[in-house]
Order: sequence, then C-alpha cells, then structure tokens
Amino acid sequence: MVMIIQTYGTMLLKAMGHTLLLCLLSLVFASVIGMIFGLMNVGRNRVLNFIGTVYVDAVRGVPLIVLAYFIYFGVPTAIQQGLGITSFRLSPLQAGTIALSMNCGAYMAEIVRAGIQSVDRGQMEAGRSLGLSYGAGMALIVIPQAIRTMIPSIINQFIITLKDTSILSVIGFPELTNVGKTVMGNTFKPLQAWAVVGIMYLIVITILSKVSKQIERRINRGR
Amino acid sequence: MADKTDVKISVKNLKKNFGSLEVLKDISLEVTEGEVVVLIGPSGSGKSTLLRCLNQLEKVTSGQILVDGVDVTDKHTNINKVRENIGMVFQHFNLFNHLNVLKNMTLAPVHLKTLPKEEAKDKAMQLLSRVGLADKAEAFPSQLSGGQKQRVAIARALEMNPDIMLFDEPTSALDPEMVGEVLAVMKELAKDGMTMVVVTHEIGFAREVADRVIFMEGGYIVEEGTPDEIFNHAKEPRTIDFLSKVL
Repeated sequence: MVMIIQTYGTMLLKAMGHTLLLCLLSLVFASVIGMIFGLMNVGRNRVLNFIGTVYVDAVRGVPLIVLAYFIYFGVPTAIQQGLGITSFRLSPLQAGTIALSMNCGAYMAEIVRAGIQSVDRGQMEAGRSLGLSYGAGMALIVIPQAIRTMIPSIINQFIITLKDTSILSVIGFPELTNVGKTVMGNTFKPLQAWAVVGIMYLIVITILSKVSKQIERRINRGR
Repeated sequence: MADKTDVKISVKNLKKNFGSLEVLKDISLEVTEGEVVVLIGPSGSGKSTLLRCLNQLEKVTSGQILVDGVDVTDKHTNINKVRENIGMVFQHFNLFNHLNVLKNMTLAPVHLKTLPKEEAKDKAMQLLSRVGLADKAEAFPSQLSGGQKQRVAIARALEMNPDIMLFDEPTSALDPEMVGEVLAVMKELAKDGMTMVVVTHEIGFAREVADRVIFMEGGYIVEEGTPDEIFNHAKEPRTIDFLSKVL
C-alpha cells in the first residue's frame, strides 16, 4: 500500500483533482438546471409544468451510465450524421459534465420544488397583496426562505454527485476511479489499490460533510 | 346610498367556484369611502373568499369587481398596481419570517419604488410607533407574540399608503388576551376614516365600529344593515339563528 502511494500518489491526487473538477462543474450547471426546472414545476403554467415533469421523470428514469454513453457516443454520432459536421466530438470531460449536470439537475429540480412548496402559501399571498409581482415574490420572499430548508438536501445531493463521478470512468475520463483501474492493472494489487482509492473518496466526502454541517448550523442559528 | 363618486368597491353578481363547489353564488355589494363593513357568518359561508376576491388573491368565476372604478377582474388591469392601494391583513399574519420587522415593512415600497429607502424607513418607524411597537423594529417575527405580529402586519399594509384595508379574521389566531390590542389598532384606523372590509367573529367590534354589518351564509348575502339592525332587530330567520349561537 505504501508502494502504491509512493509510486502512484501524484497520479491519484491528479485524478482526484479531475474528479473534483467534474463534480464542481456539474454542480454549478445542475444548480442552474435545478432552479429552472424546479421553478417550472411550482408555477401555475400547465405547459411549463409538463416540460418540467417530463425532464425530471426522464432523467431520473435513466441510469447515469446509460445517459453518459448516450451523450458521449450517441449525441456526437447524431450530430455528425444528421448535421454533417463530421469533426464534431465531445471530450470525456464535456460529455461527463453534461451527463452529470443533467442527472444532478433533475434531482436538484425536485429539491427546489420541495423547498419552495415547504414555504407557507401565505408568504407569497402577503407579498402579492402588497403589490409585488409573482417573480418579485418568489425572488424576495419565497426563495430566500426555501433555500434554508433546501440546504441539507442540496448538500446530500452534492455528495451523491461527487460519488457519481466514478460512473464516468466508463467514458474514459481520467477521474479517480478510472486511474484506480490503471493502478490495479499496473500493480496487480487490487486490494491495496482499491483501498487507497476508497480512502481518498472517504476523506474528501467526510471533509465535505463536516463543512456542510457547519454551514447548516450557521444558517439555522440565524433563523 | 352615497353618490357614485364615493363608491370605493363595487361588486356585481360575483360568482366563485372551487371546482364543482360553488362558494359564492351571487354577490352584489358596494362599499363607500370611509365605510367600515363587517362580514359575519358561519364558516364556509364564503366571507373570506369574498374578501380575497376583492384584491384578486382568488380569481372570480364570473361577475365584476370595481375598485376605485377599475375593473380588477379584467385581464388587462395591472392588478399589482391596484393591490398597492388595497392593504390586506391575514388571519395568520404572514409576516416575512426571514426579515426583521423594519425590512418586512420596507420591502414592498422600496422594491416597487413607491418610496425612497430612507423615507420608507422613517415612515415605517412612525407607523410602528402608532401601533406601539417602535422598539421592535429590529426584531424578527419569531421573536414577537401573536398580537405584536398582527400589529406589525397592519403597519406593513399601511406602509403602502392604501385607501382600502381588508382584514381576514385578523384576531382568530390570537390568544384571547391579545385580541384587544389588535382591535384597538383597527378601531383607531376606522376612526381616521379608512375604508375597511373586515371578516371577523368579534361581534363586539362589529357593534362598536361597523357602519354596516353583512351576514353571509351559503354563498349569499342573507341580510345587511347597521349593527343595531342586524344584532338587535334581525329579520331573517337564518341571521337570528346564527346570532343566537354567537351572541
């Protein structure tokens, strides 16, 4: 195990960097996607409700690995053949970010929806009765309160997404799990190799949950 | 009846359904400037729904509602602009829980630019003193008692400088010892000439403050008149029956 750390330490750390990069990018996009589709789902507009529901159900109904294959292999082929742009390709990072953002975004949309619906209807009514528009009521009154109840679920989702990056090893993105495979192949020491990889995930995720607990506590104190 | 120019609210043949449930069946009503109208009736009679239709928190099924001559049921009416002129006080206060008292009050006028920030603050402080809560400007809603919350809610509505105030059972969620402080603020307001429509079970308040009492049941206005006419000389058996239970 010491040998693995000595020989492959830098490589594994770099892979962890890739994992975090992929995770971070996905989280940023997923937050935007989640906010948009979540808001679509709480509004009264039937068409938007429908689009939001279809998106959430479709993405949640497809395994991430299938979504990743579809975007990495399927979509470029479609664009090459359909639009005649033969040079079109997605890098593993691009495809991975898209797949993970879509996946995480669907769950975030549900978190946003639940968060907004947890705010008493009277809050919006009071805002509207003062002359605020629906949008202003959402932005100034409902969402600031919804975010507080959403935070634990968001953090939970972030941790899930961090772990889900490992699935994207299948499209060849050099994140931690993928590099773990290489290390195992090179050393023929699966036990040690996967122990090291596992502990690396564990450390990062534990730090993340501790930090998030702190954030959660701080927010609840201000309540 | 006062002449036409004094009419603040005019409701004509209002109907409101929730799905297949007819809550308001055929309501026509006028409220003149400075008038205090109290709506009473058993629960489910439609009085809160009627109130909520006046500022379009509920969309009407049919009929017309004019506020200051503006048809609020018309899709082309800028309802937000009309609502700036109609304050509403809710049973459950609905203070913005994430903001302190001062910010609760200044949020709407500052966002809607009806008042500059500093003026909005000054006005809020004046209103808070008027409802006896100047020392609570920095407090959060969770730190206030029910009566204090409701007084802040009234002050918040007044901050928009409305012509009309709607009260939806403002004392029903309060502990008995706090009802008085809220009613006192409302009486003060009535004395200052505010046009008010009040849904309440406080018969004492209605007797003392109302210019007109309307008894509703089953989605209809059954009887209306001065407090004396309704409480002492009711004609309709259903009014008499209801009053015998609450008086």
